[in-house]
Amino acid sequence: MLDCTPKEIIKRSGGMINPAKTCQPIGAMYAALGIHNCLPHSHGSQGCCAYHRSHLTRHFREPVMATSSSFTEGASVFGGGGNLKTAIKNVFSIYNPDVMAVHTTCLSETIGDDLPSIIKGAEVPEGKLVIHASTPSYQGSHITGFSNMVKGMVTYLAKATRDEKKEQVNIIPGFVNPGDMREIKRLGGELGVRSIIFPDTSGVLDSPMIGKFNMFPAGGAKVEDIRDSGNSKLTIALGYYASSDSAHLLERNCQVPAITLKTPIGIKATDDFLMTLRSKFVQEIPNQLEEERGQLVDVITDNHHHFYGKKVALFGDPDILTGLTEFILSLGMQPVHVLTGTPAGTLTGSGIFEKEIKEMLAAAGHEGRVKAAGDLFELHQWIKNEPVDLLMGNTYGKYIARAEDLPFVRVGFPILDRGVHSYLPIVGYRGAMRLVEMISDTLLDRQDRDAADEDLELVM
Amino acid sequence: MINVSTAVPNDNLIVERQSSILVKGGQRKNQLKCDAESIAGCVSQRACVYCGARVVLNPVTDAIHLVHGPMGCASYTWDIRGSLSSGSELYRNSFCTDLKENDIIFGGEKKLARAIDELVEKYESELVFVYSTCVVGVIGDDLEAVCKTAAHKHGIQVLPVQSSGFIGNKSAGYRAACDALLRLIEPPGGARPINSRRPVKSVNYLGDFNLAGEAWIIKDYLKRIGVEVNVVFTGDSNYRDLKKAPEASLNIMQCAGSMAYIARRMEELYSIPSLQISFLGLEDTAASLCKIADFFGEPEMMRRAEELIKEETIAVQPEMGRYHEKLAGKKAAIYVGGGFKAISLIKQFRELGIDVVMVGTQTGREVEYQTLHDISDDGTVILDDANPSELERFMTEKGAHLLVGGVKERPLAYKLGVAFIDHNHDRKHPLSGYVGAVNFAREVYSTVCSPVWKYARETGGGLYAVENSELPER
Ligand code: SF4
Ligand code: SF4
Repeated sequence: MLDCTPKEIIKRSGGMINPAKTCQPIGAMYAALGIHNCLPHSHGSQGCCAYHRSHLTRHFREPVMATSSSFTEGASVFGGGGNLKTAIKNVFSIYNPDVMAVHTTCLSETIGDDLPSIIKGAEVPEGKLVIHASTPSYQGSHITGFSNMVKGMVTYLAKATRDEKKEQVNIIPGFVNPGDMREIKRLGGELGVRSIIFPDTSGVLDSPMIGKFNMFPAGGAKVEDIRDSGNSKLTIALGYYASSDSAHLLERNCQVPAITLKTPIGIKATDDFLMTLRSKFVQEIPNQLEEERGQLVDVITDNHHHFYGKKVALFGDPDILTGLTEFILSLGMQPVHVLTGTPAGTLTGSGIFEKEIKEMLAAAGHEGRVKAAGDLFELHQWIKNEPVDLLMGNTYGKYIARAEDLPFVRVGFPILDRGVHSYLPIVGYRGAMRLVEMISDTLLDRQDRDAADEDLELVM
Repeated sequence: MINVSTAVPNDNLIVERQSSILVKGGQRKNQLKCDAESIAGCVSQRACVYCGARVVLNPVTDAIHLVHGPMGCASYTWDIRGSLSSGSELYRNSFCTDLKENDIIFGGEKKLARAIDELVEKYESELVFVYSTCVVGVIGDDLEAVCKTAAHKHGIQVLPVQSSGFIGNKSAGYRAACDALLRLIEPPGGARPINSRRPVKSVNYLGDFNLAGEAWIIKDYLKRIGVEVNVVFTGDSNYRDLKKAPEASLNIMQCAGSMAYIARRMEELYSIPSLQISFLGLEDTAASLCKIADFFGEPEMMRRAEELIKEETIAVQPEMGRYHEKLAGKKAAIYVGGGFKAISLIKQFRELGIDVVMVGTQTGREVEYQTLHDISDDGTVILDDANPSELERFMTEKGAHLLVGGVKERPLAYKLGVAFIDHNHDRKHPLSGYVGAVNFAREVYSTVCSPVWKYARETGGGLYAVENSELPER
């Protein structure tokens, strides 16, 4: 009954049906929550802010604090400068964060509020900071918004204060769950490399129960660390779309060399991440990580016969998909449809999403449909025209999964109908092992469900 | 304990907020400031005009709900409300013009027209709602004109909903939605009373969005007493049924916040009187059924209503009794959208022996705050448009065991070791009527008495507190 999608594909030009992306400010809000003691602020009407908070709350199942400029008709005619100044005053006097991270909305962008000069003219208490990012949603997606807010952090905070760089690495983890950020941090720690991770929502959006409500939980990247990122020897941007712009900005502003890697999903991308750290910081790979990698390869070997030749449709955010496609291929499965809602071009370049994924598919001897700036209506049509054995993506995939009766693995953002996911990683070797478990469980549960009595097997 | 009326001592409260909070005490009159704009720089829980409009119209199942604006506004409202349908599922898709920079500069009218054309071609729908968002309000697209042209072209109804977020709060959105509905139900040739064709005992049921199938329960009750539901505004409604709305002989209204305006207009235009009813809780459900029977003035109907009330009450009593036993003396805090729901909830908690120690709403109206004030116990904190720190402060201060709220309040309550119930669109069981009262009690019981609080509250979640578990008894 939920299947309203016709099979025949007709070209459309009048907007989206069932989006595979959302708007910039929510990404900016998420990034800002990855600074310790920071309050995100939405410069626009209060509806946007309420939606972004609700949406993040549904995904993380954690309180999400943010303030709004609460535009009314007056502000939208005469500009929101007055509202923002009042907001800055109120935010520091009431909530007292160290940092207030302002992002714009479609409305304030369209009106044309000049944030840097409004902020300059505002009363900011001694020792407190206001940073900002411009995040109009008629460009890009939530990933762009995340990237823009991280650029804001670099612009406002990062400083090169010495000639010689320190033996430390900056890691920009991209739009991934706190569980992933935690794992990336752990990998750096296992290697013994001092790393500055920002933004870092671990300890903020996966915070433990302590019996009371903390407006500002214990986690998040410290301001002094983000400042010090200007003195690091290297920045690793994990994910081209969410992270590379800010890494390059840091390179320009503070002469910290930047390198962009894939989000470390799967064996190869994790190898690349660790080997990059090793080659720049001349450390041995510790036994612990050797062992984890070995376990992962072992697990894949034990289970590869379940995966071979299975056709998969993937959708979600571009950086996640790039890593995931590579990993899916390494399991012997065949990604036949890969779609993101995020437009491929970034503000600084034409984008690499389609090309990179197509090359990976070609190298594995496959062909597939790959598209940026698509929507789930289109993905559904693709699947109707070329069926798959497995669907992977965020919660919104459940309509397609049901309509086409497909096994479905939830991964990415947002996941609104299942819990726990944001605590556990999909990055690193352990994250990959978790993915292997999720995928094989889903496929095998399905096989069990569909098996006739006489075909039901105990040992699989 | 605070016993004085009017303002609450100020620490940590925004000065401008003081007039929006009061503690019931000796004073006669409620002087709470409500329906004011939220203050810039506050963590407000309030939503926007578009949100309000979408809440009211979204349950129209066979309509194309097209959001004219950037993608975000549409994606956050994609199927987040649990209104159920017995027919079309079209309303569960997300349609948006996905405005881009060029559209913002040169206007989005052409794209909107294209979007309508494409959607109408794909889906056989007789009704399109086009929602305007903030940006559209600023760039000044003429929604009215585009909709009119499209309606003409396709021979269907295409209705603009003037819901730019900044023109007010959620209540303004309810009104924008009601304006669209009024246009929808207007018969060809203009609005006028349709006495002759009106089936005698048929009602429009206003302000039930069929969350978790609630409207179906009420429809069944009404059928049992001999009243036919003409159409529900808007739970599980569709184009055809809504068109028949002027034919009903009575409007009964559950959610006044969203529907008072349209009820008044329908009375003016179609001479349909309206009754405020509530099917939340045993007491209100019984009173409402009698009120309806009373309106129609038929002894037989009243007899059937009384019989239904008796039957259903007896059926739920044992279970309700068990919950009452477990829950008596617990304390609840309420923070919901509308004032009317808050009033019903207070009564419902009383039925379970639970005291309400804090009550607040996002968009309650002055009359509703007056009633809240009147029915609350002394010492109850009453507040309008609360922010999280206020909720935290009063829940802790008053020792609440349970919070009733919406999606953003859930994790807040949990962090405080306070149980939680969603009385908003994330609700999972019907909460109306007798069945609903039991579901409600069961839900309260299952969260308030869950073993998880043993770990969460007494030990604060951590090992360190196991030895040192002297946290105050809640
Ligand atoms: S107006 Fe823009 S920022 Fe606000 S919800 Fe819509 S798309 Fe997002
Ligand atoms: S842009 Fe306006 S209409 Fe859209 S969510 Fe924000 S406040 Fe609401």
